[in-house]
Amino acid sequence: MSSHNVVIEKAVKRYGDFVAVRGIDLEIRQGEFFTLLGPSGCGKTTLLRMIAGFNSIDEGAIYFGDQKINGVPAHRRDTGMVFQNYAIFPHLTVAENVAYGLKAKKVPRDEVKRRVKEALTLVQIANLADRRPNQLSGGQQQRVALARAFVIEPRVLLMDEPLSNLDAKLRVQMRTVIKKLQRRLGITTIYVTHDQEEALAISDRIAVMKDGIIMQVGTPDEVYKKPNNPFVAGFIGISNFIDCRVEGEDTGDARLLIDGGETVVRAKLCKPYCGLGRISARPEQLRFADGGIRGTIELSTFLGDFIEYEVKLHDGQIVQLNEYTKDVSDIKPDGKEVFVNFDPLRISIYSGESEVLSC
Amino acid sequence: MLGGRLPRLTGFRVDFWFLMKLLILAAMGLFLVYPFSTLITRSFFSTKAEGLTLYNYARFFSRPYYVNSLKSTAYVTFLSTATCTLIGVPLAYLMTRYNIWGKKIFYVFIIMALMSPPFIGAYSWILLFGNAGFVTKLFHSIGIYVPSIYGRAGIILVFTFHLYPYIYLYVSGAMGSIDSSLEEAGENLGASKLRRVFTVTLPVVLPSILAGMVMVFMTSLADFGTPMLIGQGKPDAVTLPVLVYNEYMSELGGNANMASTLSVVIVACSLAILFVQKFLVARRNYIMTAMRPPEVVVLRGFKRLLATLPVAIVALIGLLPQLTVVAMSFIRADFTGFLGGFTLDNYKSIMNRLSLNITNTYLFSIIAIAFIVVLGMLISYILVRKRGKVAGLMDLLVMFPYVIPGSVLGICLIVAFNRPGLRLVGTAAIMIVSYVVRKLPYTVRSGSAFLYQTDPSIEEASINLGVSPMKTFFTVMARLMLPGILSGAILSWITCINELSSSIMLYGGSTSTIAVAIYQDVMRMNDATAAALASILTLSTILSLAIFLKTSKGRVSIV
Repeated sequence: MSSHNVVIEKAVKRYGDFVAVRGIDLEIRQGEFFTLLGPSGCGKTTLLRMIAGFNSIDEGAIYFGDQKINGVPAHRRDTGMVFQNYAIFPHLTVAENVAYGLKAKKVPRDEVKRRVKEALTLVQIANLADRRPNQLSGGQQQRVALARAFVIEPRVLLMDEPLSNLDAKLRVQMRTVIKKLQRRLGITTIYVTHDQEEALAISDRIAVMKDGIIMQVGTPDEVYKKPNNPFVAGFIGISNFIDCRVEGEDTGDARLLIDGGETVVRAKLCKPYCGLGRISARPEQLRFADGGIRGTIELSTFLGDFIEYEVKLHDGQIVQLNEYTKDVSDIKPDGKEVFVNFDPLRISIYSGESEVLSC
Repeated sequence: MLGGRLPRLTGFRVDFWFLMKLLILAAMGLFLVYPFSTLITRSFFSTKAEGLTLYNYARFFSRPYYVNSLKSTAYVTFLSTATCTLIGVPLAYLMTRYNIWGKKIFYVFIIMALMSPPFIGAYSWILLFGNAGFVTKLFHSIGIYVPSIYGRAGIILVFTFHLYPYIYLYVSGAMGSIDSSLEEAGENLGASKLRRVFTVTLPVVLPSILAGMVMVFMTSLADFGTPMLIGQGKPDAVTLPVLVYNEYMSELGGNANMASTLSVVIVACSLAILFVQKFLVARRNYIMTAMRPPEVVVLRGFKRLLATLPVAIVALIGLLPQLTVVAMSFIRADFTGFLGGFTLDNYKSIMNRLSLNITNTYLFSIIAIAFIVVLGMLISYILVRKRGKVAGLMDLLVMFPYVIPGSVLGICLIVAFNRPGLRLVGTAAIMIVSYVVRKLPYTVRSGSAFLYQTDPSIEEASINLGVSPMKTFFTVMARLMLPGILSGAILSWITCINELSSSIMLYGGSTSTIAVAIYQDVMRMNDATAAALASILTLSTILSLAIFLKTSKGRVSIV
């Protein structure tokens, strides 16, 4: 397998005055499933197309292994790309679509035949080899696009929101297919999506992007549990932001003053900080307690394995709190006065400048 | 192989598309910009004055001979546009809204009326209603006076039954896409049926009516054969294209100053009309998404007949010229006219005398179509996918021939390429160039329409899999565009084989075509051979049209 690591150095892409990608540095390891995640307009697809060669690299460099690919035209970069709308050639059969890249590489005919068959078998559509694309369902077209991209054994596999045109059920099913296939083939894969759940489920590592820069790179577990900044905390999963005052000259014994000092929580910081700050807590990191931030239950929603509460805090902020059904005996009624609390070691604390303070 | 390894020139990558842009712009410069600018320059020169002069324009606007021609042209084109609208709009309404009998057949008839060459139409009307026409003689023998076909009224008659399909096609398209809830809303608000038609239906299809009217106007303004044949030199029936031809024939030695001036006037008229239409439509463009297209009203018995009758009459009258001409081609004739009795002599005679014209017609058209298809695909790709200043300029240039009538293009090419050292007039090349220039816009338009609907990632997928952009264009994009482009090319082919107005100026001894021969035979009163030649063209047209209707399956619009 000729899979490579991909190194991106200070990559910049401009459209007139607008800078779509602002000097991104990244290293994608060999054989890794790497996801570029971010809202629309964050530059993730632009960056992917710079790697594929469809967008020029205005500044900086991109390497596949040791080779700098800036000047290499798209058709010589040896990447396999899966497009958002599949881009299946409508005039070719399924097998011909998959064979297309191999024929372009002048692979001997027998080998083409063998590899096409293998690829189609891997994505479980060997029985559709002679079908025309217009006779295929969305999921089947997706499989053809996938087979067509990896059959050429590219140096890097690129996927641009490949699941966004599928319905929810098929999307979950296909992401498992893609993940297993990638593990099995070991091709370095760069995957673009705006769906954080999909990114968490499928990736080895994720780069969360916003406005052309990278906000955080990490494993799904890291970006979920330890978001580097409020944007990542808010974009991945659900986060409750609670304003507070941080008194933390002593990092080992800092105090978080919530609700104008009504509630004081002791916490540990990684650097000394005093001033306004913000706490970010997941719904499952908040819990009801005998003491803490005062609030009232606005709405409780029973969702089977957990109960979702909307709680209006004393200062008017609304937070979401989840309780697992198995952990509690009854559902608290709307309007009930409660105290909300959290484990200060699990939540994230940010300074007024959105710098992460918690360790 | 091109694409990537070539050197960079001051920031430009010299790739396949760069070369294509260069090549196409150069060709456009040579065959469009250069001839047209020569024409404009020439219009400011005269043998009667030194240097640059407005002499020709002054003469044009002061001599009754020219001013009257402008008036006749306006008279004929405006009235024809009006009559076509009056026929086309109700026809479209009847055809889209009622279950009239033989809808499909009438549709084909209507299309045939449009696609058949106008001068053959004119000629058949003469065969029927001319001084020695069959109907004229027939009515004379029973003592009824038939008004003469010659003159302005005749021209308008011919234009009407030739060009009403433009209105019909545009309007029926729009009527089919009106959401029925619009009219129901009108009904719900208490508007009577007739009131609904005038307050809801018509205003909504107005942009389409205007578009159709512009087509009628442009075509009747540009047509040379009909006013030439039907006008018979009557002073009130000399339109501008006829005048261009006459001036050119009288200005010897390629000194076409006055003809150039007249050409500039015609182009100015076309442009003016186009701008008026753009101005009118710009504020009235409704975007229709017909969730529920209007239902076809099912009529029975007498009512159904009543709805069918007007359609049948119009469609059959439109078809009359073609039927006439084919019938006449089998009638024995000599220099005095038709004698009666069935014969194949007319065909034998043209085979002996004019086989070269027949070969030329098909050969030139095939070569032209080949160029049109290849250039059309390349240009539409550049326009849609390589947007930028070059593409913008190309867009403007390629659409320019829309406003250039054949006779004007003929003069353009003559003033540009009929000079010592550059004498192309009379060659096959110049004929083919004129066909390509005039028909290219249609192919580019349908090609671009296709590309706009095609996702760019199809070709990116191919490039990504290791196929160079150039090869991708030819193996994937061209392949995908081909069906649409080819159906469109059949329509262009039909107009090429029937082309008269520029051919008549550009042909030489060995490059004459069927259309030119028909014109000359009619002028020389060789009616029978003209009928046989016209039948060959008519049959070719019908055959091509049948192939078009079979292959395009409604994907390629005729207008």
